Amino acid sequence: MTRWGRAVLPLAVVLVVVIAVWYAGAAWLNFDVTANLAEDDATTWEILQGTMSQDRPLLPAPHQLVAELFSSVFEHPIDSPKSLIYHASVTAFAAFLGFLIALALGIGLAIGIVHVRTLDRSLMLWIIASQTIPVLAIAPMVVVVLGNIGFTGLLPKSLIAGYLSFFPIVTGMVKGLRSPDPMQRDLMRTYSASGLHLFTMLRWPASMSFLLPSLKVAATLALVGAIVAELPTGAQAGLGARLLSGSYYGQTLQIWAALFMASFLALLAIGVVDLFRLVLIRRRGGRL
Amino acid sequence: MTVLELLLLAAGGAAGLSLLARREGRLGQVGTPLLFGALVLAAWQIACVEFEIPRVLLPAPSAVAAAIVRSLPILAADFMQTVAHAVLIGWLLGSGAGLLAAVALDRSAFLRRGVLPLGSLVSAMPIVGIAPIMVMWFGFDWQSKAAVIVVMTFFPMLVNATAGLEATGTMERDLMHSYGAGYWQTLLKLRLPYALPFVFNALKLNSTLALIGGIVAEFFGTPIVGMGFRISTEVARMNLDVVWAEITMAAVVGSASFAALALVERAVTFWHPSFRA
Repeated sequence: MTRWGRAVLPLAVVLVVVIAVWYAGAAWLNFDVTANLAEDDATTWEILQGTMSQDRPLLPAPHQLVAELFSSVFEHPIDSPKSLIYHASVTAFAAFLGFLIALALGIGLAIGIVHVRTLDRSLMLWIIASQTIPVLAIAPMVVVVLGNIGFTGLLPKSLIAGYLSFFPIVTGMVKGLRSPDPMQRDLMRTYSASGLHLFTMLRWPASMSFLLPSLKVAATLALVGAIVAELPTGAQAGLGARLLSGSYYGQTLQIWAALFMASFLALLAIGVVDLFRLVLIRRRGGRL
Repeated sequence: MTVLELLLLAAGGAAGLSLLARREGRLGQVGTPLLFGALVLAAWQIACVEFEIPRVLLPAPSAVAAAIVRSLPILAADFMQTVAHAVLIGWLLGSGAGLLAAVALDRSAFLRRGVLPLGSLVSAMPIVGIAPIMVMWFGFDWQSKAAVIVVMTFFPMLVNATAGLEATGTMERDLMHSYGAGYWQTLLKLRLPYALPFVFNALKLNSTLALIGGIVAEFFGTPIVGMGFRISTEVARMNLDVVWAEITMAAVVGSASFAALALVERAVTFWHPSFRA
């Protein structure tokens, strides 16, 4: 078998199984509701057909979800609140802004930690410990408190997204900047490289292979942060708002569509990081 | 006056930190972060009291401590609801199922190649978003939160445990083969113990994920108890000291479970090179 076939065939088989189980689950979960709504003389077969086209199914059938995604993405103008693209862009923009903040602060702090012993000793333990803490729990408080002093909308969301993605960036970057071993540093010294050269020509390039995996984690965390930040104020726009209003009004199709859109955004973010990695590898002549 | 006080604190603190950071051994390693934490707390307290920062913006550490003492029964009830039921059960079920799935998939390379890419895909998704769906399926109580956590923790364990099961070299497997050991004996006596460091990695990762899942899922609807419920309602009622008390508890639970798992790992995988140094 070709390499392509080895990778794709198993995935295709598993996907087909998942979709088959999904249809079976939809028929099973929606059966009772459909049977109650159906006319008395409906046959089991008619009810089963009905389970595939409920308005508010417990589990929407895959083709319903595809139809909902299609209509909410393509059949409304992008600036209308009915368009899923509109909501996705609101959330994605907040996440992206937060990610940029985290990137700048995280790399800056990592450089400080690597060069200043006091910062290293004071902060590293707290940064590592903070990864065992559910920091997302502070999201509602940050949103409401910032709202009280007049900041609403984009800023609180970006701050939470940035706060979440900050920690993996710092830890990855500190590890990366420290990754050159003493022999490589000694070599730089024999070239009589200055501190700046040591940084720009050895530490910085070496850190990239540690930064990139952290960026993937950080990007998905930023997205989660932006979505959760939309929950407490009952925001009007954004994927989190879609999830919340969907759960208030029992609009399951809307919830599932928002979830799929969020997953798509996460994959897109990871894809962008991968693309960046490929560009970097090409510019460096084939390796990272 | 107060600005001067804070400036003095900052200058003195920075001097103390840099002195302490130069010390080798325990004192420098543990003392510096502790001193830093204490300084942050002190600055927070002084700033809150002296600048009269409103309680609805940022309560002073002393107010948070008072709230913890005052609302101990509430905190205990929330702990029982969120941690002892949703998080613990969801974490156990999700991690256990992930481990079993890894052992099952281990026998078929074909299935592994199909499921693992899917697993890392799902791990990257914002899974907490399924909370409203789980509330619809399993009701408002902790069962729906546990279900969210099961989904969140399943795939990290699956991916890690699979990597762990593949960690044994051909030499060890050949040795087992020459002892006449069958599949199950090799699995139980060689490959599973070898996979333990990977499994513990996933367990530690999952303990944080489970706590996040349990708290955030409660933002979508819950009976009137639970850490996430308390945080979202007390924020709305401007009782920020209670919110900070809950956050403190979440932080303590998170780091304590991580530390406990690390201790168990040390006891169980004492033979591993990373602990024998």
